[in-house]
Amino acid sequence: MNFSINSPILFALAGFIVLCVFLQSVYFLIMAYRRAKELNMDMTKVKGVIKGAAVFTVVPAISIVIAVITLSKDLGLPLPWLRLSVVGNLSYETIAASNAESAMGLVFGKVANLTAQQYATIALVMTISILVGIWLLPLVSKRLLSGVEKIEKRDKVWGDLLQNSLFIGMIAAFLGFVFCDFGLIFHGDTSGLIPVFVFFTSAAVMAVAGILLKVTKIRAITDYALPVSMIVGMAMAIPLTHWLG
Amino acid sequence: MDNKQYMNKVHRAGAVWNLSMTGILLAFPILVCIIFNVMPDWHGFFLGLLATMPMYWAVGVIEVITYVPMLGAGGSYLSFVTGNISNVKLPCALNALDSAGVKANSEEGEVISTIAIAVSSIVTTIIIVIGVILIVPLTPVLNSPVLEPAFAQIIPALFGALGVVFISRNWKIAVVPCIIMLAAFIAVPALNSSTVGIMVPVSAVITIVATRIMYKKTNWLNK
Repeated sequence: MNFSINSPILFALAGFIVLCVFLQSVYFLIMAYRRAKELNMDMTKVKGVIKGAAVFTVVPAISIVIAVITLSKDLGLPLPWLRLSVVGNLSYETIAASNAESAMGLVFGKVANLTAQQYATIALVMTISILVGIWLLPLVSKRLLSGVEKIEKRDKVWGDLLQNSLFIGMIAAFLGFVFCDFGLIFHGDTSGLIPVFVFFTSAAVMAVAGILLKVTKIRAITDYALPVSMIVGMAMAIPLTHWLG
Repeated sequence: MDNKQYMNKVHRAGAVWNLSMTGILLAFPILVCIIFNVMPDWHGFFLGLLATMPMYWAVGVIEVITYVPMLGAGGSYLSFVTGNISNVKLPCALNALDSAGVKANSEEGEVISTIAIAVSSIVTTIIIVIGVILIVPLTPVLNSPVLEPAFAQIIPALFGALGVVFISRNWKIAVVPCIIMLAAFIAVPALNSSTVGIMVPVSAVITIVATRIMYKKTNWLNK
């Protein structure tokens, strides 16, 4: 069979795998939803969570589509579609693809026509490199979670603090990332201020939403505050980029 | 069904799905070789793997240890298959837990986190499929000079909104890691969008150590 990076058979293979992932998500959703009913949880709240999660995901998912477009320039559509629907994210996949390409003497972003051999090699490197979390999880997650549970049973206050520390640790890392180009202002380049202003705009909108929620008690605010804050922050980036970029 | 039985069911299902997905994912490059009758370029393969795998596997192991307690069992099995954990799945779960008013380490938290991540994965999959089908008309729109700056700032916008909620509630434990991360990212040019994923576990460890010291040595966190 003649090879092309956009061959229909590659679309069929990627489509099948994406379908499997979709089915896994549906399976876990049904299992958790039934459990929520069993626990007599407030199903209005659960439905609110479903709506909120769906709305929140739209904007990040569009950014993943942009990542697919970026990678498709070198790799065609099926492989980036697969890689970004399963396991990976843009930076991981770009580094893996670029390492595999340079190992074969190619330059990432400047590849005109991949051969089937080069394509298979890149796909193999990208797949093996990033698989660790999927197969490691069934081996360690039960033990890991029961370890956390034991800590919580031994000392409830520390258990809660530990959980919050993990969340705060993640947020602190991304806070640092927002400021990573801040130093550029000392060289006369103000573009590093754009993410900082976007960060604070989004934070301010979220804070206003919190105050509105307290005052009005309208539950929809809880479900939509995060996506709305994100969109306002991102929209702010457009004039900011013209001004500072 | 009591909680132990439910959790066993989740772990069993997770093991079956994730190990099956490992095989299915590996099948893609193998089938490409079979269908197009080629062998991988072994020299390129080993060099590429050498440049990528050691770091990714080390990060992968650390990510499992860091993210599993935050995502819960069901959420973890799904997140590690569907990817985009720190930029989509974890923020989505955090927001859901917050809006439902439940703790991550409770029975309800496990359920809410799984539901949020499953819905997020389903929506992501559907949107990417639509994007792939409509790629020709969508490319100029999504890459337009007007929208490009907005999508470039998705992470600051996301973590600004999440940050204000969680830092304001846990400001005592947030001070130390925030100062250290700010200093590190401003001072070290190698820390950027490519390396922020690696810095999440580092920051989590710093936060845990600082919190533990404050908890044990002072009475500050008990108030």
